[in-house]
Amino acid sequence: MIETHLSLLLVVIPLLAAPVTAILPNGRLPWLLTLLVSWLCFALAIWQFMMVMDGSVISYELGGWAPPWGIEYRIDTVNAFVALIVAGMAAITLPYAMLSVEKEIPRDKLSLFYATFLLCIDGLLGITLTGDIFNLFVFLEISSLSTYTLISMGQKRRALTAAYQYLIMGTIGATFLLIGIGLIYAETGTLNMMDLSARLPAVFGHRTVHTAFAFIVVGVGLKLAMFPLHLWLPNAYTYAPSAVTVFLAATATKVAIYVMLRLVFTVFTIEFVYVTPTDSMFMLLGVLGVIVASVYAIYQQDAKRVLAYSSVAQVGYILMGMGFASAMGLTASVIHMFNHALMKGALFMAVGAMVYRIGSSQISQLKGLGRQMPWTFAALVIAGLSLIGVPGTAGFISKWYLVLAAIEQQAWFIAIVILGGSLMAVIYIWKLVETLFFQTATEDISIKEAPLSLLVPTWILVIANIYFGINTELTVNAAEAAVNILENVRQ
Amino acid sequence: MEYLHGHYNYWIVILLMMVGFYTVISRGNLIKKIAGLNIFQTSVFFLYISIGNVTGGTTPIVADGFEQYSNPLPHVLILTAIVVGVATTALGLALVVRIKEAYGTIEEEEIHNQDESL
Amino acid sequence: MTDNLILRVIAKLLIPIIVLFALYVQFHGDFGPGGGFQAGVIFSVAFILYAMVYGLETAQRVIPESVLRLLASLGVLIYAGTGVATLALGGNFLDYNFLAANPIAGQHVGIIVIELGVGITVSAVMLLIFFTFAGRGQS
Repeated sequence: MIETHLSLLLVVIPLLAAPVTAILPNGRLPWLLTLLVSWLCFALAIWQFMMVMDGSVISYELGGWAPPWGIEYRIDTVNAFVALIVAGMAAITLPYAMLSVEKEIPRDKLSLFYATFLLCIDGLLGITLTGDIFNLFVFLEISSLSTYTLISMGQKRRALTAAYQYLIMGTIGATFLLIGIGLIYAETGTLNMMDLSARLPAVFGHRTVHTAFAFIVVGVGLKLAMFPLHLWLPNAYTYAPSAVTVFLAATATKVAIYVMLRLVFTVFTIEFVYVTPTDSMFMLLGVLGVIVASVYAIYQQDAKRVLAYSSVAQVGYILMGMGFASAMGLTASVIHMFNHALMKGALFMAVGAMVYRIGSSQISQLKGLGRQMPWTFAALVIAGLSLIGVPGTAGFISKWYLVLAAIEQQAWFIAIVILGGSLMAVIYIWKLVETLFFQTATEDISIKEAPLSLLVPTWILVIANIYFGINTELTVNAAEAAVNILENVRQ
Repeated sequence: MEYLHGHYNYWIVILLMMVGFYTVISRGNLIKKIAGLNIFQTSVFFLYISIGNVTGGTTPIVADGFEQYSNPLPHVLILTAIVVGVATTALGLALVVRIKEAYGTIEEEEIHNQDESL
Repeated sequence: MTDNLILRVIAKLLIPIIVLFALYVQFHGDFGPGGGFQAGVIFSVAFILYAMVYGLETAQRVIPESVLRLLASLGVLIYAGTGVATLALGGNFLDYNFLAANPIAGQHVGIIVIELGVGITVSAVMLLIFFTFAGRGQS
């Protein structure tokens, strides 16, 4: 019986747990409930992924109403893969969050913090599982509102302005998405994504559909930090609490990229992409994102800010993969979604452990810390190597596929940009490594190594980086199945 | 002329949308930004509901003696969107209250100056 | 003092009417305009009017904040609980047909219970927002 309702339980269980967590007394209990719920969701997500791995599709009708009249949850390999990423990162972040959150959030806000965290997980899972475009908007707003709240709970007062700026920009993006949805509803009369992809080709020539597409791309692009619309990201990631940054950096932009993939390649189909200059636009913005964000990252003075700009650059890589509009390019994008979640998760966890010990992430205060926190430093080095794309790590796989996609289309300039981005990543990772290991500390206080509950999740992610860099079976199979589905639509 | 008075609902939507969006980007006062955001969202509500209207149809509530109803689905969608807008406004205003307590001002430029000097 | 007297008398007359109207909007949501969200807001307006005329502390003695937080969670749990009940009775999530003997009665029961949950949560949250904002400047 659980099997028929599997996808629904992934959304309902955090939704039921959130109000219960909000009324629990402050202490360890909210954290414990959130931990159990996230582990349960991870197990359900793995089960669901195994059910659709062979290419089958789960369709769940809410309220018993058949689609397209009712809301349906439609799960194929792409959805299940992204849901796996979200649930997995939640399951790894929660053990990390136990000590990290207690240090950074006032005690009387703990139960509300974890309730909001559960709502964020719920919103992100809902976005990945739904097959109805307006339901997607509602879940997007649920996850966005809880994200603004989580970011505003950072320790410094700049967290408040970062959350406010993200609120204004995020709401504008969501409203643009709403306008696009309204226009295509007016053109086709349906809100179900599969039904839309069947009905839209008849009206491709209309100006309304092109306008709707533009609004949707800009709206979703704001959420995934596409190049000129990324301005909210550095502040939001830097000033949020460490556990929140880990979770958001690994999941929020990935889910937005999934929404972009789903809306552009499944709803509007690849024929629409060929008729419009969408692929060149993605390519241009991806290239600009990689170059500009990497240059910004080199000049930052705060370790979390360096990693935040690096995230914008990595999203640029994923956009470049989408800009190729070929099977190889889309495969590279989907693989890089997974790998970037692992890489950035590990990096932000390592930096968060340092923040836990010394209370600041300014590079000037990190001098010599690597020698006093060897395990954390080693985790940062390995995750940094993965970010650069050294063979043997997960990052190499995604860069490999990207370069292959570039060579396949004989876009030599693009291949040079990809490699150039890796070189710039070497520069800013080396800046962190050099400060941590090769410089001497300004003050002579001894810092202990990070506690085990912070180290173990970090090293799990680091080992996952190495594992998925050597055994690429899971990621490549999932990505290729995903690409088949994204390109063959309307079955 | 048909273009102007036949599509008057779209003209209203465009006017409100531009007024709201311009307020968000040009005003430095944090509360005015939230007000502009509200106007922007209201224009989208108008868009949905005016599209859902059926010529000659009555309000979408079942009543005796009426055969033609307007489309009820946009009304339901907009109810949800209104609630989302209210929640966003409440959250934004709560953030503004805390920013005022932390910085002493709600003008964006002065906040920027205070942060740069850190 | 005369102004406050008029306000107090009229408020005392109006608040029960506002509450009654809120309940009317709540339970006539499936036959006319209305439903959970609108009713919840109108219901909270009654209490906000009381707080504005008689003072914040008096209003917080009528409804303490801890009760409001409980009510807010309770409404969400009623909503999701109805869905889980339909799951347990054999249908899909929020498939109201299974809630009563025949599908039509089931749909009625389902909608009324769900809107009740929404109304409770919305009124509790609106009051919480008001009390939090209003109590802020005095601390």
